[in-house]
Amino acid sequence: MADPFLSIQHVRKSFGATTVVEDFNLDVERGEFVSFLGPSGCGKTTVLRMVAGFEEPSAGTIVVGGKDITRLKPNQRNVGMVFQAYALFPNLTVAQNIGFGLKVAGMPRADIDARVAEMLGIIKLPQMADRYPYQLSGGQQQRIALARAIAPKPKLLLLDEPLSALDAKVRVSLREEIRSIQKKLGITTIFVTHDQEEALSISDRIAVMYGGKAEQVGTPFEIYNRPATKFVANFVGTLNVLEGTVTDAAAGTVRVNSEQVSLKGKLNGSKSGDTLSLALRPEAISLGRQPGRDSSLSGEISEVHFLGSVIRVRVGIGGNTVSLDTFNSPATPPPAVGEKAEISFSSSDMLVLH
Amino acid sequence: MKSGKFWAWLVFALGAAYFFIPLIATVEFSMRMRRGEYSFDAYKVVLGDARFQATFGYSVLAAVFTIILGVLIVVPAAYWIRLRLPQLRPIVEFITLLPLVIPAIVIVFGYIRMYGSNSPLPFLATDTGTNALLVIGYATLALPYMYRAVDTGLRTIDVRTLTEAAQILGAGWGTIITRVILPNVLIAVLSGAFLTFAIVIGEFTMASLLNRPAFGPYLQNIGANRAYEPAALAIIAFAITWGCMSLIQILSRFAPRSANRPN
Repeated sequence: MADPFLSIQHVRKSFGATTVVEDFNLDVERGEFVSFLGPSGCGKTTVLRMVAGFEEPSAGTIVVGGKDITRLKPNQRNVGMVFQAYALFPNLTVAQNIGFGLKVAGMPRADIDARVAEMLGIIKLPQMADRYPYQLSGGQQQRIALARAIAPKPKLLLLDEPLSALDAKVRVSLREEIRSIQKKLGITTIFVTHDQEEALSISDRIAVMYGGKAEQVGTPFEIYNRPATKFVANFVGTLNVLEGTVTDAAAGTVRVNSEQVSLKGKLNGSKSGDTLSLALRPEAISLGRQPGRDSSLSGEISEVHFLGSVIRVRVGIGGNTVSLDTFNSPATPPPAVGEKAEISFSSSDMLVLH
Repeated sequence: MKSGKFWAWLVFALGAAYFFIPLIATVEFSMRMRRGEYSFDAYKVVLGDARFQATFGYSVLAAVFTIILGVLIVVPAAYWIRLRLPQLRPIVEFITLLPLVIPAIVIVFGYIRMYGSNSPLPFLATDTGTNALLVIGYATLALPYMYRAVDTGLRTIDVRTLTEAAQILGAGWGTIITRVILPNVLIAVLSGAFLTFAIVIGEFTMASLLNRPAFGPYLQNIGANRAYEPAALAIIAFAITWGCMSLIQILSRFAPRSANRPN
């Protein structure tokens, strides 16, 4: 990346003896949508708050548009932020909330009114200008909060788990709306979430965080299909982990249960006799032998869950259990628990976790 | 009627009698100035007395300054403690309770000793200085009520997130306090203000020992020298206090409603 718009370099944050962010590095291009994804306590919100200016880094620098903002106060950064708890001002109407930042900036009344009307149009709530926050649903409040954040045309938009307090249906529609508005305005955005589906569905890139560090930064496709660490592989998506033993390091063969699987070029210096953790996504596994799948394992069906369009099947293979989904077919009854079963997959889909 | 309900009504009736009988007796007595018939003569005398108007006006003005001083001290302090120094809350709560356990007479003697005409800070050497000291003393007496009212108001809003939301939109501390925090705790501040008003109007010890022409010493003076007027004055003072309490109730209906409800 030649000239990043947002550059977070070697940022560290400690509270007393506890370090919550360690040597965090990230470059974000202008107009990019980057998600910080990780479990609670991984430091993702702390990094976001440092970018906003609510926390001061113990070390490192934060540069936006070529300007070092590390020590600037939040009100000097020209950054917009949407909070999990909406944080609309209860005493102000929707229009006054959206116009708050513009009024603080000293914009003339007529310009504020025009910008507020434009924002209400963008979030598709033009009739709500005179309502108070308590008269709106959670989804509407969060859209107003988004409009308020982008009204002053900030350089950077920060979204701190903005969908967490909403119900599932509203969450999906609002995330699509956020992404569409972000694309339309071309505003560089950082989105904090612990919901992998959210991150995968709307991000240009994802920084998966764990223990105060970015474990992996990549596109949703890379993060899902080529996880760099065991944590990323386990955290993002559903994963079947199988224990295997390297039988011939030179040939790249591994024994899983009593069957051989070829993993040539993936063993990364493992020696014969080493034990490895191997991972397979459920969608990479088929029940029964399928054409084009070069590996198979035998086992016994231990659980069957009928979920409507999909049937989730768990197959016991030695000491491991593998989960896979098959589409429901009205002509074919689901497999029965206790039946012998064979699963097949392409060895190229198997991940070796380090 | 179930026996439980009977006892509840009996307790209620006894409580109401304890409260209302002396009040009704005082009203009745205050109206007996004219022999053989009820009249409002005592009220006319009291309200027409120039000293009543002067002392009441003085105390109202002192109450207004006390409220302004109280708001200027308590709102930023309570806000800052909620925002940045929550660990200090128990200590500050204890300090704000001290005026309830330290008698006003101790505070006023302390003032006389500290700020007498021979001291390095001779507040008591001039009328203006003494008036200022009285207002400061009143603000101290009203501190427990003002602090609790404001703190309760702050508890109903998400102080930290609202502050951060205003900050990120470019607002400085002045804008945050005047346009975001204060409007959302205004009803609580007004509650504190009316309680302060009620305390100041009836306060005797400080005003008397600092020799100020306030309403409290006037009440005492009338009570010691007249028969019917003190009863009329007690009812007037009671009406003022009740008026303040009613205003708190009415204004609380206009409090900004919290928007942070689940979807």
